[in-house]
Amino acid sequence: MAVDKPGLSVKIGDISFKNPVLTASGTFGYGREFEPFVNLHRLGGIVVKGISLEPRRGNPPPRIVETAGGMLNAIGLENVGVQRFIDEKMDYLRGIGTRVIVNILGDSLDDYSLLAEKVSGVAGISAIEVNISCPNVKKGGVAFGTDAGMARAVTEAVCSKSAIPVIVKLSPNVTDITAIAKAVEDGGAHAVSLINTLLGMAIDIRSKRPRLANVVGGLSGPAIKPVALRMVWQVANAVKIPVIGIGGITTAEDAIEFLLAGATAIEVGTANFVDPSATEKIVNGIEQYLIANKMENINQLIGGLRI
Amino acid sequence: MTQYQTLAEVVKKEQIAADIFRLTLRAPEIAGCARPGQFVMVRAMAGIDPLLRRPFSIHQVSSEGNIQILFKRLGKGTTLLARLEAGEQLDLVGPLGNGFDLNGPGKVCLVGGGMGIAPLYFLAREFLRQSIPPRLTVMLGARTREELVTVANDFKDLGVNDLSLATDDGTLGHHGLVLDLMGRQMAREDQWSVYTCGPHPMMKAVAEMARQNEWLCSVSLETMMACGISACLGCAIPRAGLNGNYLHVCKDGPVFDAGEVAWL
Repeated sequence: MAVDKPGLSVKIGDISFKNPVLTASGTFGYGREFEPFVNLHRLGGIVVKGISLEPRRGNPPPRIVETAGGMLNAIGLENVGVQRFIDEKMDYLRGIGTRVIVNILGDSLDDYSLLAEKVSGVAGISAIEVNISCPNVKKGGVAFGTDAGMARAVTEAVCSKSAIPVIVKLSPNVTDITAIAKAVEDGGAHAVSLINTLLGMAIDIRSKRPRLANVVGGLSGPAIKPVALRMVWQVANAVKIPVIGIGGITTAEDAIEFLLAGATAIEVGTANFVDPSATEKIVNGIEQYLIANKMENINQLIGGLRI
Repeated sequence: MTQYQTLAEVVKKEQIAADIFRLTLRAPEIAGCARPGQFVMVRAMAGIDPLLRRPFSIHQVSSEGNIQILFKRLGKGTTLLARLEAGEQLDLVGPLGNGFDLNGPGKVCLVGGGMGIAPLYFLAREFLRQSIPPRLTVMLGARTREELVTVANDFKDLGVNDLSLATDDGTLGHHGLVLDLMGRQMAREDQWSVYTCGPHPMMKAVAEMARQNEWLCSVSLETMMACGISACLGCAIPRAGLNGNYLHVCKDGPVFDAGEVAWL
């Protein structure tokens, strides 16, 4: 029997998404930037640029450098702050007709709780994604995401103030990502998304200086896809909550690999810079794959890895 | 603000010096709305290395729906671009950025250096077409005659009568910097609007001269850039003043009032 309109919708917490293709935070602005290139309504969801309590200026330049099959960035979490985000960006986002997920970041547990409180009641925001790769200023600057106890504490702080699903975005810069994933699951997270960027660096051998003013930065793009896929597969096997796969996804084939490895949804990041219409092409490509493989529903694909 | 992503066919490739190329690309939507000073993000081929698009200012726009980019073969991206032949396609996003404000007061002087000459040709054409300034002065500099002569002749053909040239090796025009030409030819007491694009040290010096003489000065800047559409925030430059804020070249520029920029 031919399938002409396979079911693409997926569920995270009690929220359903029209398809599993989301945008990764920090690679899609606040959505509007991509209006000329993408039918935004076609996307499963938009994860907006990470938001902090107060506006942040970001790091000095150079902030980015191209590397083999990828790029390093040290943007420094530049953003307009939560109040301006709600006042200036949400009207447009509400009108698109797709899910909006707000990525939040802070320097302390209090920052995260306050952000969750501010964001969770705003009409049109469907879920919170928590960036735990930020340094905990009160604990000597160790990233929340590299310590299972702190990761769990942030998750609990956000969940206690949030009426909407909480997704915790995991850092890959740890020895055992499944331990962190289990800790945030225990903390009440409705889902985990992974991976954030891999810490890296590049040096200009003529000047003998680092290519980024921040010296180190986050590696993203196709170069990190195999690492991301492995971690998604490990975490999907370790937790019961949904996993959102991120890391170098550039084509529908890449996205399908992550779904097979157990991801319920995926986020497209650096590919948005390379091809601003990448997200829509990936939605179409997944749909065509299901049709070609006579699958009626995306759930037949998720976790379908054969070993 | 209209922007397009389009597959553009290479209509013509010219090698105008050993390492300098000019591509004519069929891109009617972009050509139809581009303004001088705007840029396009170019992807030469599929594949993941090099991964990112490259920004190029729009050098020329034709009424037949073509645009031109002018570039020097330096790294991986430009080497791939230089290998393209007529009939092949590349992926363009544009037109991007703000472009030049053509309504500067007084006499107009365009000051270009190296590949920074590229957007000034489109700007000169618009000035002449709209007969805006009472007189248009153009000063162009490059390392050698070979790098400068073809484009300099294009400015002459356009009808720029007040054209001065400078080369580092003295093989064409003044032996020295465009800055020397400015010092000699631009009377301090006159009101000028200066439009400049070129290497950073040149623009910094041009901006300083303009500041001292209280001339209006527009600079077109280039930085590392991943997206060109203000999503990556990678193209930050320091804003003038002590508040430590940044400007973004792709969205706030690439053309800035020289006074807005912290000239480090």
